[in-house]
Amino acid sequence: MVIPEFSRRRVLATGALGAVAALLPPTVPAMADEADDLAHRLMGPFVAKEGKVHLKIKEVAESGANEPVGVVVDSPMTPADHVRAIHILAEGNPSPVVASWYLTPRSGRAEVNFRMRLAKSQVVRAYAVTSDGSVWVARQDVKVAIGGCGG
Amino acid sequence: MANSERVKVRIPAKAKKGEIIEIKTQLSHDMESGQRKDADGKPIARRIITRFTCSWNGEPVISADWHQAVSANPFSSFFAVASASGKIKLTWWGEAGEVHEYTHDIVVE
Repeated sequence: MVIPEFSRRRVLATGALGAVAALLPPTVPAMADEADDLAHRLMGPFVAKEGKVHLKIKEVAESGANEPVGVVVDSPMTPADHVRAIHILAEGNPSPVVASWYLTPRSGRAEVNFRMRLAKSQVVRAYAVTSDGSVWVARQDVKVAIGGCGG
Repeated sequence: MANSERVKVRIPAKAKKGEIIEIKTQLSHDMESGQRKDADGKPIARRIITRFTCSWNGEPVISADWHQAVSANPFSSFFAVASASGKIKLTWWGEAGEVHEYTHDIVVE
């Protein structure tokens, strides 16, 4: 199923996201804008810093139905300094929020691994929220041959 | 509640105190996304697990909110600090009220 909004989004995926997004009518949020809104809904106001977060996902996914994804964050995971949350967003999925993991010092290591669906080629983001309230992000382009959300 | 037959785990039986162990889990579940259609073109109703938790002797280790893009038969792996002998409890909640549980006994020396 291809709905018009989605074919337009697909074009966006290949171009300069911010620049093209600005030309769209406001009723059609671009993928990156929608993901930004959802990220703020999850984490409140923040400015994400690059670094600390390592997103492990293949650059080319054979199938979008069952793609392994891992997130590792540099953190001592002590009561004073630990990762509180890891959020994974897929900008080009019909519903971009994939999963939110909530860690504790008892987790010992700031790492989660699972498998996700990718509707099409797109950017996947991983955010980490640390115990001091700062937000870190990593992004990766993933090319998907066969999308994994539909039937 | 007895351990769910739908759950597979790989968790050590023993650990040293303070050791960080890996917990691997998988729940047999179709995680029906609500995006698919059946042969007659009718949408297949969404049915997914939306919440997962892991506790060690009742103390939270990790939890997660899952959405439609978590794959069918959700696999996950994560870590835990071996604190004391006892029970590691894993629970999966579906948005329509289904619950799957698994308790693993661990010895910490």
